[in-house]
Amino acid sequence: MQTLDMAEVALREMNATLHAQAETSNQTTWEILNPKGAHAIACGLDAPIEVTVKGSTGYYCGGMNKQATIHIKGSAGPGVAENMMSGTVVIEGDASQYAGATGHGGLLVIKGNASSRCGISMKGIDIVVHGNIGHMSAFMAQSGTLVVCGDAGEALGDSLYEARLFVRGSVKSLGADCIEKEMRPEHLALLADLLERAGATAKPEEFKRYGSARELYTFKIDNAY
Amino acid sequence: MTDPRNGAPRTTPIQSATFSNPVNAEIRRAAATGIYDIRGGGAKRKLPHFDDLLFLGASMSRYPLEGYREKCETSVTLGTRFAKTPIQLDIPVTIAGMSFGSLSAPAKEALGRGATLAGTSTTTGDGGMTKEERGHSNKLVYQYLPSRYGMNPDDLRRADAIEIVVGQGAKPGGGGMLLGQKISDRVAEMRNLPKGIDQRSACRHPDWTGPDDLEIKILELREITGWKVPIYIKVGGARPYFDTTLAVKAGADVVVLDGMQGGTAATQDVFIEHVGQPILACIGEAVRALQDLGLHREVQLVVSGGIRSGADVAKAMALGADAVSIGTAALIALGDNDPRWEAEYNALGTTAGAYDDWHEGQDPAGITTQDPELMRRFDPVEGGRRLNNYLRVMTLEAQTIARACGKNHLHNLEPEDLCALTMEAAAMAKIPLAGTDWYPGKPGTSY
Repeated sequence: MQTLDMAEVALREMNATLHAQAETSNQTTWEILNPKGAHAIACGLDAPIEVTVKGSTGYYCGGMNKQATIHIKGSAGPGVAENMMSGTVVIEGDASQYAGATGHGGLLVIKGNASSRCGISMKGIDIVVHGNIGHMSAFMAQSGTLVVCGDAGEALGDSLYEARLFVRGSVKSLGADCIEKEMRPEHLALLADLLERAGATAKPEEFKRYGSARELYTFKIDNAY
Repeated sequence: MTDPRNGAPRTTPIQSATFSNPVNAEIRRAAATGIYDIRGGGAKRKLPHFDDLLFLGASMSRYPLEGYREKCETSVTLGTRFAKTPIQLDIPVTIAGMSFGSLSAPAKEALGRGATLAGTSTTTGDGGMTKEERGHSNKLVYQYLPSRYGMNPDDLRRADAIEIVVGQGAKPGGGGMLLGQKISDRVAEMRNLPKGIDQRSACRHPDWTGPDDLEIKILELREITGWKVPIYIKVGGARPYFDTTLAVKAGADVVVLDGMQGGTAATQDVFIEHVGQPILACIGEAVRALQDLGLHREVQLVVSGGIRSGADVAKAMALGADAVSIGTAALIALGDNDPRWEAEYNALGTTAGAYDDWHEGQDPAGITTQDPELMRRFDPVEGGRRLNNYLRVMTLEAQTIARACGKNHLHNLEPEDLCALTMEAAAMAKIPLAGTDWYPGKPGTSY
């Protein structure tokens, strides 16, 4: 285990050290101490390493992650795991706005609640939230899967494309072009796999599925009103 | 004209200036279709522009340089504020961001080829970086847009600079769209969306709001790229003084300012023609913002929107810009709207020079299309050669003017080299009206 203490190591030096880890590195486990809400911690990683952040993080922790597994032993600020390509980010606490925004791949697990715009414009990432999510989540979400074990706020899935949304609790309101859809066996299997990987105890049968009505897919004058 | 019944004089028919024939035709079109007009390009209305400024040239009080032989430098370095490796360009004319999707891959390749031959940079666009574009562009600026289509850290690290797009001149405050007929398999794959559907580009970034957030976003981008490459912020011509100030506050190395003449691939005509300011009105305000911050020339200013010639380049630089960017002019150099395709333009209900339905993907010149048959008409090598020629001519023209003003570098051009032909241009550019030492709003004057 390698340790980077942010009380002693500057952000630039810490990220440069993590960026220098190659696929063949044998220094595969790292811990970051004293993050104290700093921004851009462990962003842009591209190696199969495990990084544990002992505390809460500011904006964009794990941004654009590839391959790495990042555990945040606290809560995460806005844009955690934004544009993630692959790998895993797990947050023990809550996540602020835009969690997993535009993510292309990988798995984001939020064990607490996520704020507004969770999964906004997601492009292939899988997100599992153990708690609730805020308003405008999955706005313009293109692909990937968002699983919410609690409740969803207003305007879920507004202007949704092909992303799959599953919510166990209540949905305050659905956004434009987002509708409830039939839950088929393949969806239950997908949910079961994601819930297991995310360490969630909920049962797939307890969820409802939401997706795009595909009414906004081609330009119509009515869409402009 | 007389009345044939009784020979009495008749009232002369007068067309309304307000309800002109084109206005009435648009009302009839709207009434018939129920849909607003979408088109490409920038503002077509007549606007105060660089044509309304003139250079004074050398005389008794200024000493000119010999027009053909004496050295007149044209190089520019962008991104000197924070980046470890600023961009060095041979000429101060860059190629603006235009997406693969709106343009064909060969057209993007041609832009890279031409820019590289001329020693300047080109820019990606909404839709990500293609291998053709990266491969043929010695200096490539990677746009970071609200849609994040095709966005990935590998391309980010392959870029020579990053341009965070907050807005563009054709539609400040608006997003974009790429209609389904241009969504080929390749375009769809790069954007993670189904083939053939209309793709919308958001007007806001998904993971930050406001300059305080943007400052942190820039920190993240710099951390991911090791603080190596410059970060530009592109804004449309809306509130240039405050936009420039806030872009600098957020940490920009370079501010890119795009006036309302700047083009777009597809937006509502009403947006293009009625939102934003002409670039002439924006440059001085942006320069004033940089001067007030004590950062003019340390944070570079790139301006765009209607740049057509070396005279425009020289005028923009005399007003305080460090470089300019061209989009529409570059497409015309490649062959867009060329009269050789007139019969086909006519078949599309338009004419060469007026064709702007770029979003429909039927471009006879094979540039703003994804149709394989039309794309084959366009030769990227020849297109690159033509663009290089055009960039060279613009540079030679700007040098000619700079020498006539006694300047041995284009950057030495200054407002004192200019006069304005109209009150509007004088007021907007804060350049004295020709024959006077005054412009509207000049400090120390009461009007």
